[in-house]
Amino acid sequence: MAQVTARSKQKIATAVIWASGVVTALILLTIVLYILAKGLPYVNWQFLTTAPEGGLSGEGGISSAIIATVYLIAFTIALLIIPGIGTAIYLTEYAPDNWFTSAIRYAINTLAGVPSIVFGLFGFALFVTALHFNFSILSGALTLVCLLLPTLISTTEESIRAVPQYQREAGFSLGATKWQTISHVILPAALPGIITGIILCIGRAIGETACLYVTMGGGSAVPTSLLSGGRTLALHVYYLATDTRASEKAMATAAILVILIIIINTLTNWLSQRFHTRMVGRT
Amino acid sequence: MDPKIETQKLNLYYKNNHALKNIDFKIREKQITAIIGPSGCGKSSLLRTFDRMTDLTAGARVEGQTLLDGKNIFDPLVDIVELRKRVGMVFQQPNPFPKSIAENVAFGPKMLGLTHQGNIDELIEKSLRAAALWDEVKDDLDKSGLALSGGQQQRLCIARVLAVEPEVILMDEPCSALDPISTLKIEELMQDLKQKYTIVIVTHNMQQAARVSEWSAFMLLGEMIEYSATHELFSRPKDKRTEDYITGRFG
Amino acid sequence: MVCASLSFIILLAIIIFILREGLPAFSKIGIFQLLFGTEWSPTNNQYGLLPMIVGSLVVTCGSLLLAVPMGIACAILLAEVAPVRVRQMLRPAVELLVGIPSVVFGLVGMLVIVPTIRQIGGTGYSVLAACVVLMAMILPTIISISDDSIRAVPRKYKEGSLAMGATHWQTIWHVLIPAARSGIGAAVVLGIGRAIGETMAMIMVIGNAVIFPDSLLSPARTLTGNIAVEIQYASGTHASALFATAVVLLAFIIILNTITMNIFKRGISGTGNR
Repeated sequence: MAQVTARSKQKIATAVIWASGVVTALILLTIVLYILAKGLPYVNWQFLTTAPEGGLSGEGGISSAIIATVYLIAFTIALLIIPGIGTAIYLTEYAPDNWFTSAIRYAINTLAGVPSIVFGLFGFALFVTALHFNFSILSGALTLVCLLLPTLISTTEESIRAVPQYQREAGFSLGATKWQTISHVILPAALPGIITGIILCIGRAIGETACLYVTMGGGSAVPTSLLSGGRTLALHVYYLATDTRASEKAMATAAILVILIIIINTLTNWLSQRFHTRMVGRT
Repeated sequence: MDPKIETQKLNLYYKNNHALKNIDFKIREKQITAIIGPSGCGKSSLLRTFDRMTDLTAGARVEGQTLLDGKNIFDPLVDIVELRKRVGMVFQQPNPFPKSIAENVAFGPKMLGLTHQGNIDELIEKSLRAAALWDEVKDDLDKSGLALSGGQQQRLCIARVLAVEPEVILMDEPCSALDPISTLKIEELMQDLKQKYTIVIVTHNMQQAARVSEWSAFMLLGEMIEYSATHELFSRPKDKRTEDYITGRFG
Repeated sequence: MVCASLSFIILLAIIIFILREGLPAFSKIGIFQLLFGTEWSPTNNQYGLLPMIVGSLVVTCGSLLLAVPMGIACAILLAEVAPVRVRQMLRPAVELLVGIPSVVFGLVGMLVIVPTIRQIGGTGYSVLAACVVLMAMILPTIISISDDSIRAVPRKYKEGSLAMGATHWQTIWHVLIPAARSGIGAAVVLGIGRAIGETMAMIMVIGNAVIFPDSLLSPARTLTGNIAVEIQYASGTHASALFATAVVLLAFIIILNTITMNIFKRGISGTGNR
């Protein structure tokens, strides 16, 4: 009898799991497919290469948003890499086990969870107002650096820790100094992991809106320097959706964002596989 | 003849764990010395003090001294890079870098800034020949070191050590991850190498110690119980505990 | 090292800056007035955050109520029940969804969910719309981390249970889920963090009216939305009140982090960055 109940329970539970799983999967996949289906038909060369006209109509394309996104991300990553990777190396290889190290770790852990808009507020008060960078790509990039720093530090730390201890010992035992072991043994081995972390940061920067909404100003003109304001693709989606009636253009821009994210995901998956093969050996 | 390495009242602590107790040990030049004993007896720890790999372990603390050619290696003035150049180490798990075979061998000389003296290709060939690996890999020097078999990887690691021209080679259970044929090759290689190098090998395999070494030391619970010529130790052990161990009564 | 000090200074600066700008509001307005005041009207010098605190909590709880059971069910499906081929298709899809920008979710919410809810009543810009959108946003995170932690349970536990004659479902429910509970807990906490912190998607669908939501169809405003909507034209006490809003958000996050670190004894960073 007990056998029968256990078995029927199993049947019911499995059915429930399948049902809720399938529903969830359907909801999520529908979102992506909906955006692609609604948006992609409006994407064409002209859309990509003309600037938005601004105003309520939402006429025009997205060229200035593309340019602003590229500027912003290039500048952010350039500023981010050295402190991010440097801190990770310090924390994994040099940091003594004391209160200062645990304070850094605590700060990083906490900041990783702080909402984007709080970073935005900080960037608004410091970069936009106090330092007079105004609403600009520079202010946006500096704010993004603060936002992404904890992420890059922890992904880099993880990939450095994934380098086996025996690689370190081999380096030292051959008479390499600590820095030589780090730069010639550990960093090359951790490189694919570090690059994956950087790409993840690019992905987040592409999708980030809240902290940029309050630091970049959102002008629709093509940016001419780091000090000019602008809107990224993601911000453009927001402005189109809330300030205009051009919902099909918002969808088209959203579809482009989704495709960018798909590309980034494929890239990181490929890299982490390579990372794995590299540690285990090629055949 | 003066010993190559001599420890005097050497004690090692990991935090509160007393891992090595008052070790007095002399290692003779250009001979093979084996250290045997059950797991956890401190034989690997002792080996790792000889090139101060113990520095890498957080909380490790050393008392007493270890003399290399009469000079204490724990002296604060000792250049640790110079020490590790003179004392090379081969680990239990073959651990080539995820780089090409040639880069693996050239790594040490490059780090020590020796590459501009003489031809690096020659050095690679010489080291790989000395490690009895040249004939197997000479056409694939650009292949990843990780693509080799386990036994080849271990010989690559030996070649990598030879390339920095050390005086002493420490081997920490170099064959425990290898099959019998690869093991035999490494053992033959050791016989060639002792013409030029002082070799210290840690092994849990008593037959191996008996086959390859001139001198054997038996350790138990952090103490050195007995140290004598290998044939003496295995045929006429003086200590009851040594006898129990080599006759398989424990461990 | 210079780098570490630099990033430490940056990180510290953010915390100090927010506190320095925000704490004066607590003394000027009064901590009780600020946290429990029900009126938010900068033109009349009224700065009560309670409606927004309630708004954030309601939306977060509502979305969790929907997302946690569905997420865990989906994770069980992926980790244990589904055939390999289904898994190979779904897992990358879930990972993709983790990375989809929040404005995209907001956009779909605005164009699909809000009009649908308008059919039931009200303007459609509502707590309900916000819950649904947030649910879709945190589901992928919950699924992927729970899936990871269920799969990280050592095989021997599962084999031991099956070998004693337990059914597959009994094994899942009594062995795998309990063994994976710290990871699943971390997934939920991470979801809460994401829900509380979400800004743009919320502004787009929740209506942003400063009122206590009296039904699921009523509009509301979140703490994050409060900052985003008003910061660009705020000054003086108004600006500090917005920084105080950020302090309240920070307090939520620090409490959440402390819970995660203490109860689950695993930093979010370890499990969070897949």
